[in-house]
Amino acid sequence: MSASSPAPSPSSSVATASPSGSITGNRLLQFAGRLAALAAVYLFFAFLTPEGKGFTSDANTQLMLQDIAVVAMAAIGMTIIIISGGIDLAAGSIIALAMITTAWVLNLDHNGVKLVTTHPQLLSLAAIAAAVLVASTVGLINGMLVTGLRLVPFIVTLGTMQMARGLAKMVSNEQNIYPPSVVQDLWISRVLDPARTLHTFPFLPPAVWLVIVAATLAALFLRYTRLGRHIFAVGSNEKTAILCGVPVVRTKIAVYVIGGFFAGLAGVIFFARLGSIGQPTEAIGFELFVIAAAVIGGASLLGGRGTILGTMIGALIITILRNGGVKMGWPQYVQEMVMGAVIIIAVAIDNLRNRRRT
Amino acid sequence: MTASRSPAVATAPLLTLRGVRKSFGATQALKGVNLDLVPGQVHALIGENGAGKSTLMKVLSGAHAADAGEMTLEGRPYRPEGPLHARSLGVCMIYQELALAGHLSVMENILLGIEPTRGPLLNWREMGAVSRRALDEVGLERIDPAALVEDLSLAEQQLIEIARAVAFGCKVLVLDEPTSSLTQKDVRNLFALVNRLKAKGVAVVYISHALEEVEELCQAFTVMRDGETVGHGVVGEVPVSKIIAMMVGRDVSDLYPRSIRTAGEPIVELTALAGAKFPRNASLTLHRGEVVGIAGLIGAGRTETLRALFGLDAVTGGTIRIHGQPTAPAGPGVRWSQGIGLVSEDRKTEGLAQNLSIAENLTLSKLEGLGPWRFVRPSRQRAAAEPWIKAFPIKCQSGDQPIEALSGGNQQKVAIARLLHHDCDVLLLDEPTRGIDVGSKAQIYAWIDKLALGDPATGKPPKAVLVVSSYLPELLGICDRIAVMSRGTLGEAKPVADWSEHSLMLAAVGQS
Repeated sequence: MSASSPAPSPSSSVATASPSGSITGNRLLQFAGRLAALAAVYLFFAFLTPEGKGFTSDANTQLMLQDIAVVAMAAIGMTIIIISGGIDLAAGSIIALAMITTAWVLNLDHNGVKLVTTHPQLLSLAAIAAAVLVASTVGLINGMLVTGLRLVPFIVTLGTMQMARGLAKMVSNEQNIYPPSVVQDLWISRVLDPARTLHTFPFLPPAVWLVIVAATLAALFLRYTRLGRHIFAVGSNEKTAILCGVPVVRTKIAVYVIGGFFAGLAGVIFFARLGSIGQPTEAIGFELFVIAAAVIGGASLLGGRGTILGTMIGALIITILRNGGVKMGWPQYVQEMVMGAVIIIAVAIDNLRNRRRT
Repeated sequence: MTASRSPAVATAPLLTLRGVRKSFGATQALKGVNLDLVPGQVHALIGENGAGKSTLMKVLSGAHAADAGEMTLEGRPYRPEGPLHARSLGVCMIYQELALAGHLSVMENILLGIEPTRGPLLNWREMGAVSRRALDEVGLERIDPAALVEDLSLAEQQLIEIARAVAFGCKVLVLDEPTSSLTQKDVRNLFALVNRLKAKGVAVVYISHALEEVEELCQAFTVMRDGETVGHGVVGEVPVSKIIAMMVGRDVSDLYPRSIRTAGEPIVELTALAGAKFPRNASLTLHRGEVVGIAGLIGAGRTETLRALFGLDAVTGGTIRIHGQPTAPAGPGVRWSQGIGLVSEDRKTEGLAQNLSIAENLTLSKLEGLGPWRFVRPSRQRAAAEPWIKAFPIKCQSGDQPIEALSGGNQQKVAIARLLHHDCDVLLLDEPTRGIDVGSKAQIYAWIDKLALGDPATGKPPKAVLVVSSYLPELLGICDRIAVMSRGTLGEAKPVADWSEHSLMLAAVGQS
């Protein structure tokens, strides 16, 4: 063999054409598996809940949609964090902090006059901006601690979970914040209002539409941007990412800021869900549902793997389980045990499938 | 190939395999394997990656059951039900990835699963005595049976695995590429031990890529290709070129192509480069259109030199000039943008992201231009990888396949193709052919030659290649100049004609 290039193999070019379908096919199969699991969970409750409880009624579906909006919104950010190889245990506290911030801004007064009564639109926008900003800042702190101190994300966010919760309690003086009643009629409180019916336009509450739009954007972001591909690379093998000149520190910080941002939006929705009240002790342990949604959706806690679409299905499964358990009249402890079992089974099935493939 | 049998071996075979087959789904991993192992003989099992050696060893060790064929051990049918059963019958494996419990002591590891007991309690005194005997037998008199395994060196751990096999009373010992991560001195120790076991009448199977190791250590060899045994014979009677031809299924007349090249302008100039520990002092000028090699012992600071230059490790002294311009120490991102790319010595944990696709890995350093603004279009990403997959060629189903599905040689080609996608001027290659099959090696050598030559037809200027390798024939074969690193100091890069394997080794140990 001299200076000439190695003979191009004609077979390899042929081989590249057909089986690429099998890889997409595999992904389709996984997606179908998740959809089937979702359908199974739904049908289980649809058939087994007592007739009068109305699991399948429109009213209950509206209720579930409201719950889904909060979990799913936060889970978008969590999925991105998990794909990067991280975790955010502070998500529940960030949601609470964002919710308190929203209530606090809407409760601002000037010379004894509640500002929201004079400037309702401005205050609503300011409340959302403040909530999202505070939440993103907690994310920024998470990211800087993880990269700056080189600490494990689990430990860092375990710490900031407590700190964000403490901050929420500090801001609210450890009491519920009740903004003036005019807030009840503002759009910020009505984002979860049921659509007139589920069968005519716009079918779903505004917040659910917002989740759908956000999820679509996040999925496109992960797939079609440089930062998105870098997030996968960092999660799959950080050393390779460093070797290839990926700005790993910046990527990780961005990931936690994004996570905080979505938890902040979830907090604003949660404010509406609670009936326009800021409750500093709400959403405790909520991060576990959010993580579970991502994991049931196929995200790997080792990083490098996960999809927004899968997570959305995970969020649906989690919410249906929580709602269905109540409708079945199961005691709290049974609900908790069922939830735990479902998480383990879902991940075990995923694991088995992956092992068989390799 | 003829089955010429050495007259020295008159003993009946200990373990024989006839027509052993094994399929996984539609893939036939073994299509008919014949093997005769004789006590007191070291038998080399040679073949490219993917030839079926590992599958064969798993069948031997009972990890997989054969679909068809006959296996006999000492004249009786041999059907292991699992690794433990195989072990109790006297067939032991030492895999590349050592199977030791680091937190446990040496004696606990040696006697794991066969601990002597007194009633319900462990008999610690007996454990100490038995493991002491096993350690002495493998020449590890200096090791305390109570020491923790994680405190020992990799080479010592490997010997402890062999001691474990000895403690089990093994008759057939299979070593899977045992020298791949050992230093020269440890290799000597290992060879001495293998020879001692041979003298005791153990039949040793030695799996290796390194044919010179085979020539030194083994008496008989069997070559595997595509799941079949395609030849066997007596070491020394069959020329190496013929063995290689059996392995790849064609003649490899010249493994190391080296065109007539003329060095152009200097691209990288290192002056007294120093890192945190290594290198201490590395000066080198790398010109366009040349291949420069860095030889030396493992741990002499060769890898560290590349990493300091590339910005993966800290630089503590000296200067780096690129294209004649002095440049401050900088991270890999800056180096890539200056046209320098590095292939890591460790493709598994550093070089490649195993669960990402080929296209993803290949384009990771340069996603620019694969979509508008900061966007990346997956179709463009695949299209960018496609020409390299074809040109190398990288054997795969498609660019969407995850890296982990490829053989080592094809993985390494992806790692190198990344530099070509980036269109680097300077290629830093750290052990570019370690642990890969001969066919892939030949392709990589041809590519290095082609890149250093440039292509006037397409206007591709020649590139500069800096290769670190522990395999001296390779360096002597492909380089224009070679420098030797010894204890952190890089010697002068002299023309390859001035070097021999002997003089390189002398320089490496600081005796030149």
